[in-house]
Amino acid sequence: MKTYDVIIIGGGPGGLTAAYSARENGAESVLVLERDRELGGILQQCIHNGFGLHRFKEELTGPGYAQKCIDLIKDEPEIECRTDSMVLNIEADKTVTAVSPDLGLFKVQGRTVILTMGCRERTRGAIRIPGTRPAGVFTAGAAQRMVNMEGYLPGKKIVILGSGDIGLIMARRLSLEGCQVVACLEICPFSNGLTRNIVQCLNDFDIPLYLSHTIVKINGDARVTGVTVAKVDEKMRPIPGTEFELDCDTVMLSVGLIPENELSKGLNIRLHPLTAGPVVDQHRETSQKGFFAAGNVVHVHDLVDFVSDEAEIAGKFAALAARGLLSEPTKTVTVQPTAGVRTCVPQILHLNEEGETLQLFLRVAAPRRKCKLVLKSGGKVVGSKFLPVAKPSEMITVTLPAAKCADLQEVLEVGLEGGL
Amino acid sequence: MNYLKKTDVVVIGGGIVGSAVLRELSKYKLDCLLLEKEPDLCLGTTKANSAILHAGFDAPVGSLKAYTNVEGNKLYHQLERELGLDIKWTGSLVVATTEEEELTLKELLARGRANKVEGLQILSREEVLEQEPNLTSARSALWAPSAGVIWPFGACLAFAQCAVQNGAEVWRNCPVTGFIKEDGAIKGVVTPKGVIACRYAVNAAGVYADRIARLAGDDSFTITPRKGEYILFDKTACSSLVYGVVFPCPNKKSKGILVCTTCHGNTFIGPNANEQTDKEDTSVSAQGMDEIIAAAKKLVPDLPLGQAITQFAGLRAAASGSGDFIIGNSDKVVGLYHAAGIQSPGLTAAPSIAQLLARTIATESGAEEKPDFKAEVAVQPCFNRLSDKAKAELIAKDSRYGRVICRCETVTEGEIAAAIHAPIGALTVDGVKRRTRAGMGRCQGGFCGPRVTQLLAKELGITVPEVLKEKNGSYLYIPKKGGEA
Repeated sequence: MKTYDVIIIGGGPGGLTAAYSARENGAESVLVLERDRELGGILQQCIHNGFGLHRFKEELTGPGYAQKCIDLIKDEPEIECRTDSMVLNIEADKTVTAVSPDLGLFKVQGRTVILTMGCRERTRGAIRIPGTRPAGVFTAGAAQRMVNMEGYLPGKKIVILGSGDIGLIMARRLSLEGCQVVACLEICPFSNGLTRNIVQCLNDFDIPLYLSHTIVKINGDARVTGVTVAKVDEKMRPIPGTEFELDCDTVMLSVGLIPENELSKGLNIRLHPLTAGPVVDQHRETSQKGFFAAGNVVHVHDLVDFVSDEAEIAGKFAALAARGLLSEPTKTVTVQPTAGVRTCVPQILHLNEEGETLQLFLRVAAPRRKCKLVLKSGGKVVGSKFLPVAKPSEMITVTLPAAKCADLQEVLEVGLEGGL
Repeated sequence: MNYLKKTDVVVIGGGIVGSAVLRELSKYKLDCLLLEKEPDLCLGTTKANSAILHAGFDAPVGSLKAYTNVEGNKLYHQLERELGLDIKWTGSLVVATTEEEELTLKELLARGRANKVEGLQILSREEVLEQEPNLTSARSALWAPSAGVIWPFGACLAFAQCAVQNGAEVWRNCPVTGFIKEDGAIKGVVTPKGVIACRYAVNAAGVYADRIARLAGDDSFTITPRKGEYILFDKTACSSLVYGVVFPCPNKKSKGILVCTTCHGNTFIGPNANEQTDKEDTSVSAQGMDEIIAAAKKLVPDLPLGQAITQFAGLRAAASGSGDFIIGNSDKVVGLYHAAGIQSPGLTAAPSIAQLLARTIATESGAEEKPDFKAEVAVQPCFNRLSDKAKAELIAKDSRYGRVICRCETVTEGEIAAAIHAPIGALTVDGVKRRTRAGMGRCQGGFCGPRVTQLLAKELGITVPEVLKEKNGSYLYIPKKGGEA
């Protein structure tokens, strides 16, 4: 069986950046296994621009960003990429079983494994929308693939449920294709997409956004003919009497993403109940030694730039672990989200005497303005950051200098203070 | 009269009953044709039900339901071997949570024994919890070891494919719109395609059995659809739910809302039971879901609702009158045979109902058994269930088995192509789903739906916009302006 220093599951931006980073940090052999027919992951269907502003300081399209990641590794003979290869199983000893039409069933073994499987879309069934089950109900990403990669439209008259970014992007995309986007409905009292997407994809096209509204019934026998919409109360329950009908032939869902962790579950990797991804330390190592994870499989990101940042970390430390250069920690710190913060990655810090620069990625529970993000440990403030705007849809990052590591006690609390 | 075709027997309806009847009839020297109004088989009650092979303790002693249930259950053991059916013999529990319900268990036990159900016994709370640790409200339960769960689509298709292999024909998209009779006897059936001459017609039309009967001149019963709604959970949810088949104590209308495994390791809750006049309405309602959630919570208090992957509803074909199955010749029309009012336990009973009807028609017509009837069908490989070695061999033979199309259920391009080109092959996205499970997983076709659509277009030689989800009119994609027509 062929062995590698690092095996990476998934060849999207996370996997590719991790591969490059692993190689940069001394991994002698890296294998990337990608189930799709080409590298680049979901970015390849995201033909709009707006990617890479943070990382590359330029505005790229999805395929443009993907190509930057592919270019990173294309001249690296020690990085092997196998597309059209689906991983069926991973053993605790890091034996990976995969299949592809060309190679058949094959097994490879890694000294370390990085999980970068990304995420999938939440479906109609997961949110239990009542009604009939006609054709014409799509998740936004599935529709995006058909429109942008295969050249077909999902329908002509579209209602979008959920104001997630993919849904907003598709509202604009389908408008440009000549479809009528009737409305975008959001069950929360606030939008769940980036502000720039609300402006550029809905407002600029005069598409109404109904906050605190949801679909209470999908109508149509063979094909969708319309939806029944209702306003919801503060507990997100439909309010009787507020129902109205919208005619449409397509319902597009943009109601959240779920990290794709079926392989992680098979490995008994500990998952976080809120992020639905592996619990990781600052090196992106999971609860199973030698298994690392990065990108949307850990927690859903808003910007691919952060996926790359995180994958760089995972690649580096997976390489060091494969080479036996990752020292044993002397101190373990639990990162605890408190007031106003919903999730924070990493969830655990494994530190030694030297300390290291720590970057935290977090999401708030509800929108807030002009507030302060405060990091506390042992009752002492160890860091803070002023946030003019904090929204659940936008990831917030904060850096803690290496020198502060010495101050950290058993728990590092991350919370919001003040604000409107 | 100009006949489109002449045959001996026309079977009307391609659900589990019609398909089972067709296979039994194909054992005899009779020309048989099954007509299904929809674009595929098993789109009625067979599509959406609890998929249980019942033990047979529910039905009244001496009823056709009781007899065909117990016999059908036994027959499935042989059919499982012959047709490679997906069945898990899980056994079933009826759980009592109150003292009163424990009395019901005793009644069920006595009735079951009178119905000749084997192996019934009452389990203590401790014994129940050993099997199903989440049934924390159980006081005791009736254990029926002969019950199981089945893949109904696979069974329905396998019956029909076996019949076709033995000379029968199956026409889809062909509703029966009338009958030709002479002196009160069936001489043919009318369809939009033309008139088909026949001597016998079997009415296995599910919720439409009353309309078919009336078309032939028999108004002796009506069928009232009784809707049952379901919530299906991901395979990962079973440890929080149940591993087998768990009924509450039954009520007058139905066996109650259960918590139950499927033969592929998913779990579902449901069904409720609400009568309606509409024979097509299989929509699910918010109230219905609340009803089944509340009822299921009585059995398993902590439901993992976050792991629900889909909801659906099916219609039981409940006949007027005694509530028993209507099996046998019509009193009013010579040559018309009913398999009507086949509600639960119809799936279990189907092979027995089929035997009864086929034997009757064979006797009536004097048809002999075919000496060369082939009981087995070739079973398509299910990639996910093969050993690594067998997987490697399969890909070496056909590289399309190395391309995974449905990631949640690990269904390969090879399996999908085989399902499309099989006898009575898949013509639609949902047809592929029912044959291969592509799209039945946690992402509900989010990833594989577009790919399956494209494979159907390629394999059937049609365009992507011509590919249907299921029914006529259920198109999925339209061409872009200036794009491919």
